[in-house]
Amino acid sequence: MTASDLLPTLGRVALSNLRGMGRSAFFLVEMLKQLPPTLLRFHLVAAQIHAIGNRSLVIIAASGLAVGFVLALQGYYTLSRYGAAESLGLMVALSLVRELGPVVTGLLFAGRAGTSLTAEIGLMKAGEQLAAMEMMAVDPKGRVLAPRFLAGIIAMPLLAAIFSAVGILGGYVVGVLMLGIDPGAFWSQMQSGVDVWDDVGNGVIKSVVFGVACTFVALYQGYEAAATPEGVAQATTRTVVVSSLAVLGLDFVLTALMFSAPH
Amino acid sequence: MSDAIVTLDHVTFGYDRRVILSDISMAFPRGKVIAIMGGSGCGKTTLLRLIGGVLTPSKGRISFDGTPVDARDRESLYALRRRMGMLFQFGALFTDLTVFDNVAFPLSEHTTLPPPMIRDLVLMKLNAVGLRGAAQLKPADLSGGMARRVALARAIALDPDLIMYDEPFAGLDPISLGVAANLIRRLNDATGATSLVVSHDVKECFLISDYVYVISGGRIVGHGTPAEVQASDDPEVRQFIRGEPDGPVRFHYPARGYGEDLGLRA
Repeated sequence: MTASDLLPTLGRVALSNLRGMGRSAFFLVEMLKQLPPTLLRFHLVAAQIHAIGNRSLVIIAASGLAVGFVLALQGYYTLSRYGAAESLGLMVALSLVRELGPVVTGLLFAGRAGTSLTAEIGLMKAGEQLAAMEMMAVDPKGRVLAPRFLAGIIAMPLLAAIFSAVGILGGYVVGVLMLGIDPGAFWSQMQSGVDVWDDVGNGVIKSVVFGVACTFVALYQGYEAAATPEGVAQATTRTVVVSSLAVLGLDFVLTALMFSAPH
Repeated sequence: MSDAIVTLDHVTFGYDRRVILSDISMAFPRGKVIAIMGGSGCGKTTLLRLIGGVLTPSKGRISFDGTPVDARDRESLYALRRRMGMLFQFGALFTDLTVFDNVAFPLSEHTTLPPPMIRDLVLMKLNAVGLRGAAQLKPADLSGGMARRVALARAIALDPDLIMYDEPFAGLDPISLGVAANLIRRLNDATGATSLVVSHDVKECFLISDYVYVISGGRIVGHGTPAEVQASDDPEVRQFIRGEPDGPVRFHYPARGYGEDLGLRA
């Protein structure tokens, strides 16, 4: 490629990316505008919370349990070197509520609920269901997308809370029941060391942000998908890739903002 | 035409540099069944989308009952769309809802009628298309012809002034085809609406329509009553209604010389 070819190609790529960013920003504004009227039709949101949240419960709980088990095993190995094995409960709880609960739930949410949202919206578009709704003078953004968006934002922190709770139980099973740590120390250290606002509260804020990001990406990709089988397949893949990167990137930013300030 | 419900005034539409419809003027009188015919890709569906305000013409004006169809003015466009019903080519039923809920959808979205009244209205619409007994089925349980009839019941749920049919006969077996054609005519006469049928099925269209437009290459090549169009001596119209493989519409996609492509010298 010569230099004279490079410039127009660069320009095209930059313009198409800018256009994509502009479209997604408009889409986000539209979604946010639709939220208040959607609240008035909460039965639509409740059905989606069931579809998005309830059906993700098993994978979230199973993953939470596995992560709790592993955290306890690894934590015990490190802490017992310094004679601090009694702090295992605190370590497991802080790791989960501050970091792993929101992040792993976000990643699982992108894979489980995000992909199904993208495929559903993409196929509705391919089957002209969204166009049919438009022709019936019903805005699909308000009727189909906004209830799913709100449901994702509500479901995500609930799922993250369940992930952390089950993870702590997993840590208890390994730490107390299998490795023999004193149960009193396990729970009391956790109780005194975990702050409701600084730790749990910030974890909840993270999971809400991840909920917004993952659901927005999933809906946008579905709505913008080319109305063909390949288009929907590519959009579904993009949902997982973009959502996962968004969760990890946002997590770094949020962690830096929330936990780096000296107390 | 003063009693026209939809008028297209010198409408041109295209994507980028490709012109789909060129300088089209039409007027659809109230209460009639009008067929818009033409080969695949001639711009028939685009025409429906322009009338529905999904697309905006590059030139010209479209008006519905005297009001301009303007995609930029969402509120007035939605008000117009409430008076239009559209049957999509494959029905476009909402797959997560039952047949009943599909037909009830426009009623529950646009009216504040109590549920018992909505139920009665839905059953009446379903009865009109012969599918009252299928009310609790899901779209996946329906045949293609049944799905289209449900979509038709949904399209007429709000008693529209204009019903647009996008390829209503495509892919139907002979019985479903006869049922669909009969329904379009019968519903049109019973409701007093105007029906716009976009199709390439010559026999059915000529049977049920009052007026026919034939489009080719983005322009109107013939129009009139079915008898007038049938008697037309325009070569493009004749090729279309007789289904001749070659004529003004070429069999071969434009290409360089055959011999040249095969590396032969004349």
